[in-house]
Amino acid sequence: MKLLTHNMLTSHVRGVRPGGGFPLRIQATEVKVNNVDFNQEFVARMIPKVEWGALVEAAESLGHLSDLPHQLPPEYENNEDFLRKVHHVLLEVEVMEGILKCPDSGREFPITKGIPNMLLSEEET
Amino acid sequence: MRCWAKQLMGSGGAMARGLLPRYLLLLAQENLEFRLPEIKSLLSLCGGQFSSQQEIHINSPFWILNIPSEEMARGLMRRTVCAKSIFELWGQGKSAEELFTSLKNYPMEKMVPYLQSNSTYKIHIHAFNKTLIQEEKIKRIDALEFLPFEGKVNLKNPEHIFWILEDYGMDPNNIPEEPLDLYFGRWIADGQRELIESYSVKRRHFIGNTSMDACLSFIMANHGRVKANDVVFDPFVGTGGLLISSARFGAYVCGTDIDYNTVHGLGKASRKNQKWRGPDENIRANLRQYGLEKYYLDALISDASKPIWRKGMLFDAIITDPPYGIREATRRTGSQKEILKATERGTENHISISSNYHLSDIFFDLLNSAAEYLVMGGRLVYWLPVYRPEYTEEIIPRHPCLKLISNCEQMLSSHTSRRLITMEKVKEFEDKDQYSHLLDYQSLLYKGHNSFREKYFSGVTKRIAKEEKDNQK
Repeated sequence: MKLLTHNMLTSHVRGVRPGGGFPLRIQATEVKVNNVDFNQEFVARMIPKVEWGALVEAAESLGHLSDLPHQLPPEYENNEDFLRKVHHVLLEVEVMEGILKCPDSGREFPITKGIPNMLLSEEET
Repeated sequence: MRCWAKQLMGSGGAMARGLLPRYLLLLAQENLEFRLPEIKSLLSLCGGQFSSQQEIHINSPFWILNIPSEEMARGLMRRTVCAKSIFELWGQGKSAEELFTSLKNYPMEKMVPYLQSNSTYKIHIHAFNKTLIQEEKIKRIDALEFLPFEGKVNLKNPEHIFWILEDYGMDPNNIPEEPLDLYFGRWIADGQRELIESYSVKRRHFIGNTSMDACLSFIMANHGRVKANDVVFDPFVGTGGLLISSARFGAYVCGTDIDYNTVHGLGKASRKNQKWRGPDENIRANLRQYGLEKYYLDALISDASKPIWRKGMLFDAIITDPPYGIREATRRTGSQKEILKATERGTENHISISSNYHLSDIFFDLLNSAAEYLVMGGRLVYWLPVYRPEYTEEIIPRHPCLKLISNCEQMLSSHTSRRLITMEKVKEFEDKDQYSHLLDYQSLLYKGHNSFREKYFSGVTKRIAKEEKDNQK
């Protein structure tokens, strides 16, 4: 699971307050870094869609903060240095084994071989 | 049999009429219904719009289009899998004489740059629905003597290629002596037909029982107006075949599927002569096979009927082939009781599945999540199974936030077909509950889909019975 995906994921367990269930806390037992070609345009395009605080928090919790600032800097579109760091965090850092934990309900979703299992039973939704 | 489904295409504003350069598009004679939506979608993706000053014969391999620039024509050809080639049209006619007159009226200043004495060229002859012998071809080239060709002929590597195209109609049993239409033009670019071969499912690493034909999956990405740096999502991702075509066009892709084994690439193989899936048969490896791994985001295990995304305009396109229950089961997560049963069978340590997921619910959920998670102007492209004797346009699922763009039929059997539906998000999604009453009413209309499976099999059984009977006669 890449951190870009993590940034879009939320838990919909029954009883979670509106807008809750996000961000899922990551408890990783294995993290891998894969090289991915840098695409400046794509990264710049994704930043406004990303919940910045959640991304920084997730990267930090994995020990891969990679110097990301806690506040999104202004005029980042042409700041290649900064975009390369975001690229690394969004697309190269991958959680291979571990769990995602719903911040509201505590429900855990396992990640196996890099693939999160988000299934809930009927009773949980 | 000739089928001229004539359609007059409006061009954009009277001002533009007659001013826009004319291009001849040569189309492949397959997936006929899918061609016009593809060309329209791609022209709009290139910043233009579909326009033609004359009637377009929807089933003909020749369409004359008005395109503002050669660059746009090239852009179209960088994406189309329905069209073979495009030409700058210099002349046309219903007879050779008409063609020559038309060529003589084509402005000399537009021809001259391509006929220079220091250039090389060749002339190619293409006849549709007829095979011309070499002698006939030479005769046609000689007849063009009146054009001021100054350059040198070079058959191997010419700078400019000119085509004479002759149309002998659509009926192979009734080929006329003389062509019905003739065209002459300068070749600009070829389409992407070679993708159909190079992305063929036959040579794909990881496949499932319902892997989409390569040509159709490229058509789907084109109907979905997928472009570079988009994020494309498939909620019924299976082995990820539909992600490949979007990634090929530079989009980043992700998908979900309820089937743990499929997403992990475990279990029985879908290929003949191979019992179990290999260790690296998965969606990511599929993209890697084509050099597209950099576009892989993630594949997750999830139930399409239950959202897993936070609020926000997350996807530029949703392109999917929902299960119809014919070759892949329609499933969603079941109740605790069913899960217990599954655990007894010793499956994975995760919740596993299975209660029937009605087709009408699949489409209800799909439209709702498209309305919620697509960007404005983003497109949903999906297949809808149809029992033909009961089909009316009314059963196409609607949503107040989504506008129907196209609806193309592909026959599966005499009684069944599937329709490729393309919708575009035109209105902000507000609150899910607000739409439920509208969709309740609608779901009554397409409740009929729920028994699609039974109808499909009954149709098949009937057909087989009939064929057997016929054979005995």
